[in-house]
Amino acid sequence: MSERILMCGNEALAESAILAGCDAYFGYPITPQNEIPAYMSRRMPEEGRVFVQSESELAAINMVFGASATGKKAMTSSSSPGISLMQEGISYLAGAELPAVVVNVMRGGPGLGNIAPSQGDYFQATRGGGHGDYRTIVLGPSSVQELVDCMPLAFDLADQYRTPVMILADGILGQMMEPVVLEKKKGRELPAKDWALTGAKGRGQNIVRSLWLKEGALEELNYKLRDKYKRVQEAEVLCEEYGIDDAELVVVAYGIAARIVRGAVSKAREEGIPAGWIRPITLWPFPTEQISRAANEFRIFLVVEMSNGQMVEDVRLAVNGKSPILFYGRPGGGVPNVDEILEKIKQLTLRPKK
Amino acid sequence: MKTVFKRTPTLKDCPTHYCPGCGHGIAHRLIAEVIDELDIRDRTIGIAPVGCAVLAYDYLDVDMVEVAHGRPPAVATGMKRTNPDKIIFSYQGDGDLASIGAAEILHAGHRGEQITVIFINNAVYGMTGGQMAPTTMLGQVTATTPKGRTAIEQGYPLQVSELLSTLPGTIYIERCALSSVTRVRNTKKAIKHAFELQLEGAEGLSLVEVLSPCPTYWRMSPAKSMEWIESNMTKVFPLGRLKG
Repeated sequence: MSERILMCGNEALAESAILAGCDAYFGYPITPQNEIPAYMSRRMPEEGRVFVQSESELAAINMVFGASATGKKAMTSSSSPGISLMQEGISYLAGAELPAVVVNVMRGGPGLGNIAPSQGDYFQATRGGGHGDYRTIVLGPSSVQELVDCMPLAFDLADQYRTPVMILADGILGQMMEPVVLEKKKGRELPAKDWALTGAKGRGQNIVRSLWLKEGALEELNYKLRDKYKRVQEAEVLCEEYGIDDAELVVVAYGIAARIVRGAVSKAREEGIPAGWIRPITLWPFPTEQISRAANEFRIFLVVEMSNGQMVEDVRLAVNGKSPILFYGRPGGGVPNVDEILEKIKQLTLRPKK
Repeated sequence: MKTVFKRTPTLKDCPTHYCPGCGHGIAHRLIAEVIDELDIRDRTIGIAPVGCAVLAYDYLDVDMVEVAHGRPPAVATGMKRTNPDKIIFSYQGDGDLASIGAAEILHAGHRGEQITVIFINNAVYGMTGGQMAPTTMLGQVTATTPKGRTAIEQGYPLQVSELLSTLPGTIYIERCALSSVTRVRNTKKAIKHAFELQLEGAEGLSLVEVLSPCPTYWRMSPAKSMEWIESNMTKVFPLGRLKG
């Protein structure tokens, strides 16, 4: 049953979405995520489900909006420039309280950027991205297996909280092949979609909307959203940590950068440097408590990102002045290697060379 | 006393927010009557546009969604593909369909989506204050063409229905008007046919363009507006069946 097979991240997440019950996939080609629509174009019809190659990312996210409004589980995927185009739709999904899963296989930016892996879209993903006062739940997997495991979770979170959920991957995760176990898992108990547009048979009219003109009505909606986001923050934070107890230095990183950090910290440990790491898995809600706790004792925090520093701002808010925070980043498609990060750890901990 | 006319059940009994003489109320009634005559209220999902008709769900008693400006054909695609048994219609104005949503309607037609589009052409942006639309007539004064539209500066009025009728994926396109009783009756016939095609599972997109008055931003009386449709609009937007 739980056979280990070798798959690239993009195809693995697509198959995982199918196992998670995704009814419809809509997408537009963009590198480095093209394996997803290609895989879905073959597999979705095999399963009797829907695949449409849209005319643009704007159309793709609105097709997701349409399918979701009828109660179906719908997803799209893209990469950075395409995700920018989808922001309009994501804001409408948040406003209309519709579930959706959006995968961003990040590439270098700004602009057309390049097709190399990057983590430059952290701000866009975790700050809402589109217009208005909203949040999206953001998951930041760091292996192909975790990418697979994120898909059913993303669909469940989307349905439970009626909100768009973003999976923030990158070009390496999408492209690299790793052994994975793909199995259908029992999902959460989810609320009935009595709000869905199914034709008003035997009931009154359902309306899915994000326009609230009556005085105070939109303020009410925003309070409702605020309360919902608070529940998400209280219940859904995911975070992994290693070696914090005796660590003098803690490296904070997510996604593929965390994989590299893990190697660097292990090497540092081998050399007698007490280092540890914290890896946020949910980027929003951010593991503020976990990081704050680690900062209760004086430790140096090093944030490593494949950007010029975005998540570092959330780490600063979490640490709140209790410990020093330094940053090491490689933007625009640059990928740090283990030795670069190890060197940085050594500089900051000032150990004599063995 | 004999009842000769009554409100159809799918049209809600409520005050209207539309301006006096506006065509949306007539168009809404025609759609509601068609839905009731075809007995499809419990399987119909409507899509309201951004524009004056954004509140169409306040009048039409069917399941409805309100979506981003220009995107109804994409939303309709997502709905129909996942719910082939449902009747999906979008209700779009000229700014929505012919300007910001030109790509979406073109490609929904191009893919032959089995949806019904009601396209209200009143040659102006109503909700935002009477700016130029792609369908604004040459010489027409709007908030953003204070000296009147000229071909050299703003281009000619866009004939979207003619454009869409060239696509193999569209099966039925007809242009109607609300400018007289006869025209209104013909408009209803066209809308009914467009819904019937979807009910039959006909493979492609059907669209009914409706020339509709906007007395407020045409700065005319309602009666004069109806005359203006006949004397001006139908010259640039000839009525009749363009396809199917």
